[in-house]
Amino acid sequence: MTLQHILYFTVFTIVISRLSHGLFRHYLLLTGSLFAVFWLQPASSIRNLDFWLPVVSIGMVVIIWILTQPKNPDRKHKLRLEILIISGVVTFIGATRYFGNLCCLTATRPPPIIQIIIVLTILGCFGLLLQHFSQIQKSLLWLAGILIIVIFILLKYDIYALHLSQFLRNWMGQDPSLATTSDLPWLGYSYLAFRLLHTIRDAQGKKLPDYSLGEFTTYALFFPALTAGPIDRSERFIRDYRSPSQETNRNTWIGLQRVLVGLLKKFVLADSLALFALNSQNANQVGAPIWMWIVLYTYSLRLYLDFSGYTDIALGLGAIVGINLPENFNAPYFRTNLTAFWNSWHITLANWFRAYLFNPLTRFLRGGNFKLPVWPIVLVGQITTMTLIGLWHGITWNFFIWGLWHALGLFVHNRWTEWRRRRIINIEIHPWKQKYISFFSWLITFHYVTLGWVWFALPGTDISGRVFSTLFGLGS
Amino acid sequence: MSPVNETQNRISYPNLLLKTLSLFILLNMLFAWIQPLPALGKLSVYNNLIPGRIRLPYSDVPQRSYNLSLYNLEAMFASHEVSAVPHNNEFRVMLIGDSSTWGFLLEPNETLAAYINSRNLILPDGRVVKAYNLGYPVMSLVKDLLILSYAMEYQPDMIIWLFTLESFPYDKQLFAPLLQNNAVKVRALDSSYDLDIDPYDSALNDQGFLDRTIIGERRVLADIVRLQLYGIMWAATGIDQFIPANYTERQVDLSSELSFHNLQPPQLNRNDLAIDALQAGVSMSGEIPILFINEPIFISWGVNSDIRYNFYYPRWVYDDYRELLASIAQEYGWSYHDYWDSVPAEEFTNTAIHLTPAGSAQLADLISRDIQGLISGLP
Repeated sequence: MTLQHILYFTVFTIVISRLSHGLFRHYLLLTGSLFAVFWLQPASSIRNLDFWLPVVSIGMVVIIWILTQPKNPDRKHKLRLEILIISGVVTFIGATRYFGNLCCLTATRPPPIIQIIIVLTILGCFGLLLQHFSQIQKSLLWLAGILIIVIFILLKYDIYALHLSQFLRNWMGQDPSLATTSDLPWLGYSYLAFRLLHTIRDAQGKKLPDYSLGEFTTYALFFPALTAGPIDRSERFIRDYRSPSQETNRNTWIGLQRVLVGLLKKFVLADSLALFALNSQNANQVGAPIWMWIVLYTYSLRLYLDFSGYTDIALGLGAIVGINLPENFNAPYFRTNLTAFWNSWHITLANWFRAYLFNPLTRFLRGGNFKLPVWPIVLVGQITTMTLIGLWHGITWNFFIWGLWHALGLFVHNRWTEWRRRRIINIEIHPWKQKYISFFSWLITFHYVTLGWVWFALPGTDISGRVFSTLFGLGS
Repeated sequence: MSPVNETQNRISYPNLLLKTLSLFILLNMLFAWIQPLPALGKLSVYNNLIPGRIRLPYSDVPQRSYNLSLYNLEAMFASHEVSAVPHNNEFRVMLIGDSSTWGFLLEPNETLAAYINSRNLILPDGRVVKAYNLGYPVMSLVKDLLILSYAMEYQPDMIIWLFTLESFPYDKQLFAPLLQNNAVKVRALDSSYDLDIDPYDSALNDQGFLDRTIIGERRVLADIVRLQLYGIMWAATGIDQFIPANYTERQVDLSSELSFHNLQPPQLNRNDLAIDALQAGVSMSGEIPILFINEPIFISWGVNSDIRYNFYYPRWVYDDYRELLASIAQEYGWSYHDYWDSVPAEEFTNTAIHLTPAGSAQLADLISRDIQGLISGLP
């Protein structure tokens, strides 16, 4: 999101909070979110891809809604209107191609309108077909979940992304030799995938509330949280969405304050720190350990301010329209152990993995015929969860190692806590000694996390190795 | 209801908004009235927390060179090592000139000033010659004069002003954004030294009241902050210029064009060149010795090299220029050296004036000899 996007979104949310209530608010939020998917989508060098990627996002949302929500004759009229709005917005954005100087909301000119109508018709028929075969929806849900993950892997693994880009270029009649891994900048797919996967899992567990297509689309593509989260849960979102806080003035004020804090964090502090934060360019240029530590600390701070700044902006915009998105950060760098860090860093992602991977996995390992002691269960759970969190950022060795780094850290902390609990349960620690211990715990945690960023920030293990060598004065 | 909620409920949002807006407007007006940018520019992390830069800030690719072009001369000088507290036994030689002096495509330790310093020149009284690189990659004598006017505040013991013909035409004088964005200072130079430039030239950016507010000066303020931040990477890496592995070499085959700017053969006249800027420099430097140097140029052997020396210069105009300058220097008694052909053709990089490290070292040897000659004549 640029400053311009944020300014327009702020005005739009204030207008919604002031002028619209009930159904009108619902349709405005839906329309706004749909427009935002196209508007925020970055340009791609593959022809019309910056139009089709948002269309696929919307299509996936509609299909998941069809697969997860039972038929409800009571909402037939509303459903028709919502389908009309969704297809109307897509068609309108496509039609801006013919608006002359007013073209376009998308990064490049949309495709011809006939192509859009054909795609919408195919999607419509597909949707109807899915509704018709409701008896196999359970299998289709699994299939949809796998497809979402497959797309994710295609986008995040450079070699596959390159092949996909070459394929799409061929299809569009462009030179495949010019394909790059950055040709597929699918806006917010990581976050969308997590929202859709959670919906599928909750539908399989019959834990989903009843909501309309419009409500679900707004949840999945809610414009403040589209680019950088947080990853909300649909039942929580819909609850706020249906009964927003009525204190409009207070919401606006609190929301604006939060947006301002976010702007300060992201565009003033984080962007300034980015000028001397660790990156693949300066990792090879800095020679002295002291300077390497400085650029690494800067990266650590910059990453937090950048990400939490975006989160503040999202939460602020949500608050203005009366939707309290979940917090994503809670002073993570002040935590005195790694477990507490992961309870306060990217909270919604960690919670997602805890709920849908770590807990089911450890339950599975504890039960059945395994009869495993606690420590291998914790170790397997931590390694699986954390490496997958790492790979969620991109399928590279560095992200894998970063995940492993944290998995081992969490495991060691878990065992240490357990060991201490058994041994020093009744020992009273003097307050000053406790402060001393807390300070060193913080120091160790902060440095463990910060050193972990060396894997996260850089593209390869060789360059990360060089940085570690420099940091500890081992370089040539 | 908690006291916090009560307080929040008592907040009148329109009043708050009005107060915030009033304060913002007031601050902007105050800023425009006080005009604190020169003072703010002098606040610098350079020479305090981190070492000063060894050449003036300039870059088109800030993120790769940890450097940027800005127009606040106070900030530019504050970031330079010339602003550091001078050593007692230092003989301060300030080099002024264009991109050749600044060291385009050269590492910081390969510039003319760096090579002069590496020669360890020592005066009979024990002072060590310390050359400061105050070149700036723009070809304009008025720009050089502006830089000199700032350099004079930093206790120079000697000034070396390097130039080439391309810096002399009048249409080049106000061409640089650095000058255009320092209109008040350029006009002050004009009124002090009666330069032959139009003080109301439309190229000079005149600031209205709104342009002087915080909003109006946001770019300048951001640049000052960015210059400080890039300083950290400068200190960490010693990099202040992105030097590509490959670049297009200076042109060998030349056009048959005979005109130079708006000047036509057969003869170059004194009035065609901004000699007045050099005279102003001499006046400005007062008792401090000033040495003028016509810098080396690439002499081509390719197509049309019988008509032109290189991309910049037809032969007729450059020959006339050298002759003219030599006679003017003699007329006024200036210390002047013409090194136009003293560096071999293979020691030029991407233009007819940019030198390789070896070319730069060769020129440094010649200038070091001149410095020694000049200082031996000092009282």
